[in-house]
Amino acid sequence: MQIWDPEYECMPREEIEQLQLERLQATLNRVYKNVTCYRNRFKESGIDPEDVRSLSDLSKLPFTTKEDLRLNYPYGMFAVPLREVVRIHSSSGTTGKPTVVGYTKHDLKVWSNLVARFMTAAGVTSDDVVQIAFGYGLFTGAFGLHYGSELIGASVIPMGAGNTEKQIMIMQDYRTTALVSTPSYAVTLAERMERMGIDPKSLSLKVGLFGGEPWSESMRREIESRLGISATDNYGLSEVIGPGVAGECQCKNGMHISEDAFIAEIIDPDTGETLPPGSVGELVLTSLTKEAFPMVRYRTRDITSLDYAKCDCGRTTVRMKKTMGRSDDMLIIKGVNVYPSQIEDVLFAVEGCQPHYQLVVDRKGAMDTLEIRIEVTENIFFDEMKLQKAFLDQVERRIDSVLGVGAVVKLVEPNSIPRAEGKAARVIDNRKI
Amino acid sequence: MLKIKNINSYYGKVHALKNVSLHLNRGEIVTLIGANGAGKTTLLNTLSAIISTASGEIMLEGKNVVGLPADRIVSLGLSQVPEGRQVFNPLTVEENLELGAYLRYRAGGQKSEIAEDLERMFQMFPRLKERRRQAAGTLSGGEQQMLAIGRALMARPKLLLLDEPSMGLAPLVVQDIFKVIERLRSEEGTTILLVEQNARAALKVADRGYVLETGKVILEGIASELLENKDVQRAYLGRDKKEIWER
Repeated sequence: MQIWDPEYECMPREEIEQLQLERLQATLNRVYKNVTCYRNRFKESGIDPEDVRSLSDLSKLPFTTKEDLRLNYPYGMFAVPLREVVRIHSSSGTTGKPTVVGYTKHDLKVWSNLVARFMTAAGVTSDDVVQIAFGYGLFTGAFGLHYGSELIGASVIPMGAGNTEKQIMIMQDYRTTALVSTPSYAVTLAERMERMGIDPKSLSLKVGLFGGEPWSESMRREIESRLGISATDNYGLSEVIGPGVAGECQCKNGMHISEDAFIAEIIDPDTGETLPPGSVGELVLTSLTKEAFPMVRYRTRDITSLDYAKCDCGRTTVRMKKTMGRSDDMLIIKGVNVYPSQIEDVLFAVEGCQPHYQLVVDRKGAMDTLEIRIEVTENIFFDEMKLQKAFLDQVERRIDSVLGVGAVVKLVEPNSIPRAEGKAARVIDNRKI
Repeated sequence: MLKIKNINSYYGKVHALKNVSLHLNRGEIVTLIGANGAGKTTLLNTLSAIISTASGEIMLEGKNVVGLPADRIVSLGLSQVPEGRQVFNPLTVEENLELGAYLRYRAGGQKSEIAEDLERMFQMFPRLKERRRQAAGTLSGGEQQMLAIGRALMARPKLLLLDEPSMGLAPLVVQDIFKVIERLRSEEGTTILLVEQNARAALKVADRGYVLETGKVILEGIASELLENKDVQRAYLGRDKKEIWER
């Protein structure tokens, strides 16, 4: 199997650590100088970049959270003047405003290369025809995979999300060999093909690179057998770079993190304490090569564990397990990050007061569905069906535009939603992933 | 080859190097760029133990060399070509070169080997051969630089530190010097740490680079990528000088 960047992907541990220390110190010196938020946070914690003398000193530094990005909206976390930024992406914020991230020319180059690494590991070569069924636009997913494919020299079909029958037609006619999508969309494609009477094995499809949402080993087996491909997982988040943080090799035994570009830590999400290798906890990432949007100890809220053992593929980089959940209440619906607080915001804006509501997430076939149940109150009580319908339509439209995913809104009887402490009771997730 | 972690040193009372970490792989040319006073020369002088290391670790081929005297460091394979060349003016070219092998001679090195190396230097720098009996002080700046490099090479270093080799030289002579640097790597396999005011030329010949600012490393990267870096261009390549920081 091919390795895109053997120099960095197969570096002995001691050398990786030296490189990480050098780049970490340089990154800290740079953010301390250029980013007010980091400078203030370091000062508040009584930390100077000079206090970081080893990788383990990283744990002395404060975390960066989604909240910090919100407070510094839109450009406050940028470490270069805006004129050096050539690309802006964004992702959902926990409430109200989204999160904005930027890339310099060099950042885009580094990003393409990191994606090329995991795509190569997944089996993509310059002979492949890659169909990208992620949404283009503000999301990082499609562009990341697009650049990676081009760098490898594969032929890219920038298909975009949705339009399943056209996807299948193009897959047949253009002889697509590599599919890039969310894992659930791969199942949707397989189901639709069955209904259309198309044998997936008659296609040229060889590999699938799936990301954007958590998925299980049983789902991998299902996709592999139904589509007749080798399916690999990859991981990334737009706050850190987008796809390109990590990806599986053919051993399918954890995702290799590009350690020359990121330092990964596992912490206890409740205490913030760094946990020893192998422990299950929240993944925290520090970027080492980013110019426009460096990240120091970003709390990803994804729960996973790290394995430092050498992989059979020859790569020496640490592997992270498939993510096993979240340490916050974020939901991933059709590959889109959704926070219950965003929905609360919309309901509040529409009604002027906080209703009792419940979110029911389910999976019909392979597609996620979101249902929002709202208790009727005097404010929302309409004796006219027309008014009620108009209200529901308005909420659905607002939800769709804020979240980027559609939802069905239903009114329910007062006091029919169980009252419980904590947010968890607001969400019922019936999906079996 | 060389691995430095968190070195701190002082230039007089000035804290000139603050937690500098860097590494060189065998056969690499790595350049340090930075403004005057950023700590580039201090770093080289710290490595060759002309200045003592206040704290930190310098591993030369896996051996911590902090605290060793300068002559031990030379015999371990690290030679420095100092800023301003510092050739021995009254001595002849040949004598200057022979002095470069002084430690080898003292350690009982074969005279024939040293003589062979002398011939190699003359092959590499034909101008020096022409002037072998001339006093070093009578050479031109470029010739003195060749001599200083040749003298350092006579110690058969594994790692060569070059401090401002192009300083005060005419552009054509500078080109010659950079050609020599490239040849050292390709023909002799010498690992080179290069400090240069001429950041563009240095980044063109180097594999990787570190950018120093007030004693701290603020950037590490592939040399060709550093050439493209806006911060580097602004500060050290004289481009976009008028642009100021803005938000």
